[in-house]
This record gives sequence, structure tokens and C-alpha cells, in this order.
Amino acid sequence: MTDKVFPGESNTGHVWDDNLRELTNDPPRWWTIAFWASVIWWIVYGIIYPTWPVSLEGANKGLLGWTQIQEYQQGVAEIQAVRAEFEDQIKAKSAKEILADPGLTDYTVASAKVLFGDNCAACHAAGGAGNPGFPVLADDNWIYGGSIETIQQSITLGRQGVMTSHGKILSGQEIDALANLAVNLSQGKSDPEGMTLFTQKGCIACHGPEGKGMQVLGSANLTDSIWRFMPGGFESAKYTITHGVNDGTDPQTREAQMPSFKDRLDEAAIKKLAVYVYQLGGGQ
Amino acid sequence: MSEEQRKVDQAGVDELYAEAEHWHVNTGGETIHAKRVPGKWRNLKWLGNAVWLIFFLGPYLRWGGRQAVLFDIPERQFHIFGLTVLPQDFWMLSLILLFFALLLAVSTALVGRVWCGFFCFQTVWTDIYTWIEDKLEGNPQQRRKLEKAPLDGRKLRIKLTKHALWLIIAVLTGISFAAWFTDAFVLWGQIATLQASTVVWVVIAMFTAGTYLLAGFMREQACFWLCPYARIQGVMVDKATALPTYDYRRGEPRGRVKKGESETNRTTGDCIDCNQCVAVCPTGVDIRQGQQEGCITCALCLDACDTVMDKLGRDRGLIRYMSLEELEGKQPVPLWKRGRVWVYTGIMSIALAGVAYGISTISSLELKVLHERQPLFVLQSDGSVQNKYTLKILNKTNFDMEVAISAEGLEGMVLVGAEKPVTAHSSNVTATTVFLRVPREELESDSQPVVFHIRNLKNEQFGAERESVFVGPRH
Repeated sequence: MTDKVFPGESNTGHVWDDNLRELTNDPPRWWTIAFWASVIWWIVYGIIYPTWPVSLEGANKGLLGWTQIQEYQQGVAEIQAVRAEFEDQIKAKSAKEILADPGLTDYTVASAKVLFGDNCAACHAAGGAGNPGFPVLADDNWIYGGSIETIQQSITLGRQGVMTSHGKILSGQEIDALANLAVNLSQGKSDPEGMTLFTQKGCIACHGPEGKGMQVLGSANLTDSIWRFMPGGFESAKYTITHGVNDGTDPQTREAQMPSFKDRLDEAAIKKLAVYVYQLGGGQ
Repeated sequence: MSEEQRKVDQAGVDELYAEAEHWHVNTGGETIHAKRVPGKWRNLKWLGNAVWLIFFLGPYLRWGGRQAVLFDIPERQFHIFGLTVLPQDFWMLSLILLFFALLLAVSTALVGRVWCGFFCFQTVWTDIYTWIEDKLEGNPQQRRKLEKAPLDGRKLRIKLTKHALWLIIAVLTGISFAAWFTDAFVLWGQIATLQASTVVWVVIAMFTAGTYLLAGFMREQACFWLCPYARIQGVMVDKATALPTYDYRRGEPRGRVKKGESETNRTTGDCIDCNQCVAVCPTGVDIRQGQQEGCITCALCLDACDTVMDKLGRDRGLIRYMSLEELEGKQPVPLWKRGRVWVYTGIMSIALAGVAYGISTISSLELKVLHERQPLFVLQSDGSVQNKYTLKILNKTNFDMEVAISAEGLEGMVLVGAEKPVTAHSSNVTATTVFLRVPREELESDSQPVVFHIRNLKNEQFGAERESVFVGPRH
């Protein structure tokens, strides 16, 4: 019927709205070429890459034997080859020797930044800014010593603060006087009466005759402006004297524990962290 | 329907037919074989073409032991004779681009598509390619004949020679382009020994293919359908723009020269309808239909028409550079009375002044100061406040410098970590970390300005400074 209306035209015979009809022309040449090229591509792809599900275990392996994990491992090997030059040096050198080499120090600091974020920043905050109860690493005050070796030792073995709870040993008046002394010492003021009490009550055993602390023991230097337990000042000092640090007999005691990283990180990683922490505040 | 209406309709249809004739647009179905006619504008076009010799020969100029102009992308250094520009100075590039964009605009506003007609790589390369074609295959008639002729030894020889020459030019174009980005002599060595990098091969291959296809086959079709500039020129041209124009007042009614007719009593205009202007047109337009999208204002039709006018003893300039206003018999507006000229010139001057300022104040040493944010400040055991800074020293010279760091701004401030001078490596950024310590009682607010200075110890003329802040506890 439609041939009569549209003579010489090959159409499917469907006509809508008087003249709208579907022609049976061949698709354009470019389209046909692209179509068959895609089909060939699909077959070739299916042969050389893992594609067909052959069993419950998975697909065929493909001619190339390509896997995603292989590609990933190649990528990792590539970056490790670039880093190897530095990593080998870090393994071979001591932390002090690393610090002596500016280029190696730059690499170490850059790669330790991630390690610090993963392992240290939870307590010490990003950049070693410190948190209440956790020491600032970016300042010049080192409770256990700021040499690169002691920093490395602190990370490897951890640290455990110790101070006896004095709430039951000293009277309230004495505690107040000693807390006052701590405030005065931190401001550089002299306090002979307090010092006498300090000596009598045996504080000097750990904090030293002048209250400067001993890095071997990890006892705080009372004469500088930095407070180990924030916010610092009279009340803070009074609390510390009363309840002590890590004293099991006092449930309200302050906690001061640095875990050992010996079993968590390898030696190279600890060395990197030591260098990183060392340069945060300039080191000693 | 009345008889009168029928007549009116007929006239309307005739008009449409006449218009349809004008709508002829060459869509690439035909190859344009333009005739080459010598003349003033042809010579000017050769001069315009010759500008591109810089592109081919420029990379072999040397300056102080290296390539005079070298855009070294891997090293991020851009050498232009004695000047070395680093990515930090790239704001100048935007001004240079602004300048050239407006140069394009102002030249188009004054004299039309002078870029297209005389300087554009597309038309220049096409011109060279068709010149080769003309030399090998002969004039347009011979070329069309050869096109239709069956493939024999002669045709094969001519065609192979032509395509070989085209490809040589295309490859040279690719290599010359690559030579601006890597040492040209080294590049040739690498190419000769097949040791060039993949990037180089890809660049040369792309430029070879692009040149061969665009100049050999696409030709005016690139101007018609690819080029955006060809499309925006319409807004840049105004009634005062001088363009190759057919003076229809002089030319019409056009008519063939009749044998024996004397010049004094002819009834036709100056145009003898010889179609020479169409024959020479590289884009295949008829300039007598007025300005149109295909016209690249190469002015080759001016030469063709002048040659014909000379033969007839008529005045030259039937087709000439002329504005629409002139064509309408108005006096052309002088340059200094045109608003566009002033605005364009103003912006171009600003751009040029900016570049001149940039180049004259380009400093060999630059300092950036990054204030540590974690933590912003640290209380030290002696009661002072410490801030940490990363100094980034950019040395744009080609020699290492020993640089001393100092800082000023606050009372009692101590600079730590800069006791020894820092070696600022040439053409590189050297980073170093320093600390500033200020007694807490000297701090007047939680953020105060400090200034860092660096200076070369050997030569005081090299130095830089940068302001930063010193942050302390909240007041």
C-alpha cells in the first residue's frame, strides 16, 4: 500500500500521520565499520583479558595473564625502586648520621609525616602540638632528653612517668606551700621557705636540689615556664603533688605513659620518627 | 488569484533564485585549484609567509652556550635570549596573550582578516603546498585534467613527488615545533639515531599528520568549518574597516568586452566578467558578491583584477581595499576619531606596560615564607614564644648562591636555625626551616607582622624580603 503512496522507496510499510514512515536503508558505512570493529575488539579483549566465567572460582585467566593485584604490585614496586635509594641509606645510617645529611633529612621528614600521623598524632597532635596530659614535642623542653638518641630510645622502649601520691604523706598546708613553690620557680621567683620544705620532704631526690629535674628519671624541670600537666599553675601543681603520677595506690593519679613501639614499627620507621620529632622544635 | 498577484509572486521567486546563487558555499565537495597571478599583494603574501621562517630557523640560534629560545618544560625554565622565565613569572604570559588577542582584534577592526590572509599557519602552509602543486602539476586547467586522467606512469610520478614534498615539509614542521622545547641540535642527533623520547615521536607524528592533512587536503575547509576565529571576525569588522571590496558602482553592469566596441561608447561597467577574481581565490569565493564568510582577505583578487584592468587600459582598483563607508561614498573616518582604536590601543598599552614592568623588575632571588600552622606557636622553657617558618628561596640565576637570612619586626626577637648561610641552588627552590623566639611580655597582640630578609653574601644586589606574621597566645 505504501509503495503506492511513496513509489520507489523501500520502507517497512508502517506509516504514521500520513507521511511518517520507517525506511529500510542500510546504516551509514562509518557506523557499520565502527560496529564490526567493536565486535572484533570485544572478541580480542575476551581472549587476552580475564572475561569469561568458567567456574565458580572465577573467570578464565586470559592470554596476557593480567590481574589487578599484579598491576598494583608493579606500581608499588615502582615507587619502592624510587624510594630504595633513600630507604637503604636510612637503614644503614644512624639517626644522627641521617640528620647530618640535609637531603636525606628532607626525605625522612617527608615520609615520617605520615608515620607520625598514624602512630603519634592521636596523643601528641599534628605537628607535635601536644594535648592536655600529652607533652608538646615542638618546644625545647625534653623530659627524657632531646638528643636524637634519647628520642629514638623513648619511641623504641616507651616511657613511664613516676611520682608518688603525696595526699596521705603531706598535710594540706605543706601541699599548698609546695604547689606555690612550683608556681614561683616557673616564674623565676625565689622562695626560700618553699625550697626548705622541698628539701626536707625529699622532693629533691627526683627533681634535683634546684628543682631542675633529671632527664634520666624523667622528672619534670620545675624552673622553666612549661607545665607538664596542663593548664599549669597552682591548682594543677597541687593536684599532681596530691595524687602523683602513675601511682597505683591512688585512683585519681595522673597518667603519663608512652607505649613502646619496638614491636609495632621496624627500626627504620622508628629512626624516621626520631628524626621527625627531633626537627619539630629544633632538637637539642 | 488575480493576474497581478501572479506576477508579483514570479518576481519573488526570481529573487529567491538570485539569492540562492549567492548562497553557494564550498563544502569541500570540490577541490579548489586557484590560479597564481603575480602582483603587489602576491609579493606581500610571500613576505607574510616568510615570517614563518622564524619558526623553522629560530631553534638553531644560540645564546650564551645554550639555545637562544628554549621552552624547557621538564626543567620548568623558559629561556628567551638572556631572560630566563620560571613558572612563577607566568602572570606575564597572560598579559602577552591579552596583547596579542587585542592585536588580532585591532588589526581586524582596521584592515579585516589580515592574520588569515597573510600570516595564519593554515593559509601559509596551504599556499606553500599549492605552490608545489602548481610547479609540479601545472596551472589549474592542467591540474583538473590530471585529476581526471587515468593513472599512468607520468601521473604516478608527479603525484608521488608532490606527496613526498608535502610530507617532507610536514615532518620538518613537526621537528621544528619540537625543537623549541628541547635542544635543536641534540634533537636532530636523537632523531638520526632513533633515540628520541616517545613524547618527541608523538609530537612529530601529530604535527606531520596535522600539517599534511590540513594543508594538503582540508585547506580552505579548515577556515570554513574548523577555525573559530573565522567565525568571530564578524563582530570585529565594522563599516570603517578597510577590506578587499569590489567597487560595484564602477563595475556594474558587468559585461563581456565586445569586439570592435570602443571604450567611449560602451554601455557596461568596468567589470568584464572575466571571473579572474574567482579563479585566483584560494577559498573559491566571488568577491563581487560583497564581503562573505569565505573571504580571508588575502587580496589576491586585487592582483588578478589589476592585471586585467591594465590589459584593458582601464584604471586599476576595481577591486581594492576599501571600507563599506567609502563604498557608500562617505569620507573614511580618520584613525584617531575611532573609539575602537582608542580602546584597543589603551588595553594593549596597559598589557605591554605590565610586561615591561614584569621584565624590568624580574628578580633573581625570591622568598616565600610559610608559617607553621600545627602548632601555630609553642611556649618555650625560658618563657618565650616560638614560631616555626619554612622559607622557600627561589634562585632564578644559573649559579648557586650563599644566602644569609635575617628577620626583624619585634623587640627582643631571636632568629634560630639560620646561623649558617643557606645554599640557594640555581634554578631551584631551596627550603629551609627557621624559628623565631620572642619573650612573651614583648608580644602586643596575638598576631604581629615580621619581615624576613635574604641577601647574597658575595653580591649584595641579590636579595629579597617577605612579610609574615608572628603568632602568640591570645591577649
